[in-house]
Amino acid sequence: MNWQALELTLRLSCLTAAILIVLALPVAYWVAYSRRRWKFLVQALASLPLVMPPTVLGFYVLVAFGSSSPLGRLWQHWTGHTLAFTFAGLVVGSVFYSFPFAVQPLVNSFLAIDPKLIDASRVLGASRLATFFRVILPLSASGVATAIALTFAHTFGEFGVVLMVGGDIPGVTRTISIDVFDQVQAGNYAAANVTSLVLLAVSFLILAAIYAWNRRAWPRAPWA
Amino acid sequence: MGVREGRTLSSADDERETARNEILLEAAIRKRYAGSPGSSFSLDVRFAVPAGFTILFGRSGAGKTTTLEAIAGLVKPDAGKILLEERLVYDSASRVNVDVSHRGVGYVFQDSALFPHLTVERNIRYGLRGVPEIERKKRVGEILESFRIGALALRLPRVISAGERQRVALARSLVTRPDILLLDEPLAALDAPAKSRIVEDLRAWNRVRRIPILYVTHSREEVFALGERVLVIERGRIVAEGLPQDVLEAPREETVAQLAGFENIFDARIAALHEEAGTMTCLLNPGAIEIEAPLARVETGAAVRVGIRAGDVLLATEPPRGLSARNVIEGTIEAIEERDFRVLARVNCGATFAVLLTPAARRSLGLAAGQRVWLIVKTHSCHLLRPAAQD
Repeated sequence: MNWQALELTLRLSCLTAAILIVLALPVAYWVAYSRRRWKFLVQALASLPLVMPPTVLGFYVLVAFGSSSPLGRLWQHWTGHTLAFTFAGLVVGSVFYSFPFAVQPLVNSFLAIDPKLIDASRVLGASRLATFFRVILPLSASGVATAIALTFAHTFGEFGVVLMVGGDIPGVTRTISIDVFDQVQAGNYAAANVTSLVLLAVSFLILAAIYAWNRRAWPRAPWA
Repeated sequence: MGVREGRTLSSADDERETARNEILLEAAIRKRYAGSPGSSFSLDVRFAVPAGFTILFGRSGAGKTTTLEAIAGLVKPDAGKILLEERLVYDSASRVNVDVSHRGVGYVFQDSALFPHLTVERNIRYGLRGVPEIERKKRVGEILESFRIGALALRLPRVISAGERQRVALARSLVTRPDILLLDEPLAALDAPAKSRIVEDLRAWNRVRRIPILYVTHSREEVFALGERVLVIERGRIVAEGLPQDVLEAPREETVAQLAGFENIFDARIAALHEEAGTMTCLLNPGAIEIEAPLARVETGAAVRVGIRAGDVLLATEPPRGLSARNVIEGTIEAIEERDFRVLARVNCGATFAVLLTPAARRSLGLAAGQRVWLIVKTHSCHLLRPAAQD
């Protein structure tokens, strides 16, 4: 068992989930409540990583942060090296790749809240921001949990983006899924089996936890 | 989060609170919802609401809720002006539009809209952010007592009854000391005793506060039960206002007529004016029945609507003679049914009339469906209604 790969994968998944929940909350709020006509464009854009092959997404991340792009030069100016084949590169790629998995559960949760509760909060003197933190977010607990767990699990098992952006550097970018790939390539089926089982078990536990949590979540109007 | 203006309570504020005069709401609201042609809706109301209960009555879709939402700031009018005492909260001319969170309005929704994740007490405290803790405790304690919900303080909304939830919703609004209370059919789902107990507690509370309470309903029974000043709204316009009995005595609008229990409302055309007799002849539209109605300021040929209460129609089994009533109409009983000690007969005279009788009258006349009868209607029982505006 490659413990280094497991540790690295856990670190990557936690960091990605944490970044995504912060990024996705405002985006999901906007998608749920905005009445702009071009909202559909943002929705389509936010869902794009669902349908794109991971290799394509990884390729674009490489191009966007390559040394010939303004973004890449800015990154290089700040950090002194390119994004490709670094742990930070993995995080950026994973954030893009799991973005829809964070946004969609939140949007669904927000939309399930009775709009009257939001009106009631506003009439009682709460600002939009206060209403978000005191009413919308607590009532979306299950959506938040789902978003975190899904992004974590999705990142945990990802392969294509990681390979494209990070390559296969032990301790830096070699995640569990890549480790399994390497072991199979090397004909080491026993090791691949153990690692795969760990990946499977962790993924299952996370999904089971989501569904257990959602079972006792706040319904929309418990008395209706 | 900011404290509402004039809402931090101190002893000086308490003095002002007791010394303050009754609050008056003045509103002029215009709002247009463009839908597909024919489904657009326009609201154009102008009214003043003094302290105390005022009922906003109208059928669904008349614009009642939109009016409340505009006053509260949940909906932005296209044009108009809303004044709470001297405080301008909306004015299209001077581009004033105070945010909903700073209007000092209390709003109670039909389904209470309590926050399901907060206990009763924390629901009530919700609007008291920025109020010092000691003051907050005092106010919450007082309001829990006024609305008899102290025992529920630590419960969650889902485990209390619908009536209790509405009490909590009222308390939650009133504890913020709003300048006006807007109630959107708050008691529609409750039974009559629960309803009247809540209304009594609300009245008691308002004897001290003296704020305007605008109470929206589409229920005729509620208007009479509350018996307060009523504003009648129809298709986005205020069509009548006053005490229910005054509004209902001479109904000229269809919504008012329905409120007053005019079961018979007919399209009609003025056929002739008889100025010396003080009457005019109306030709009812389906059936071409001639009806004598009291003379009104209309022109011959004008399209009008005539309302007749079912209880104002007499029924005879033979052609009547020697009557002062001008209108005797021959017809056939189509259907007759008894409900709650009232007998309602439908009589086809070309147009169908509803006639209200007592079970005793039905028995002594031996009335049955298919029977030939004569309806007798006094001239002064025929009320001319202004036809509903077509826009």
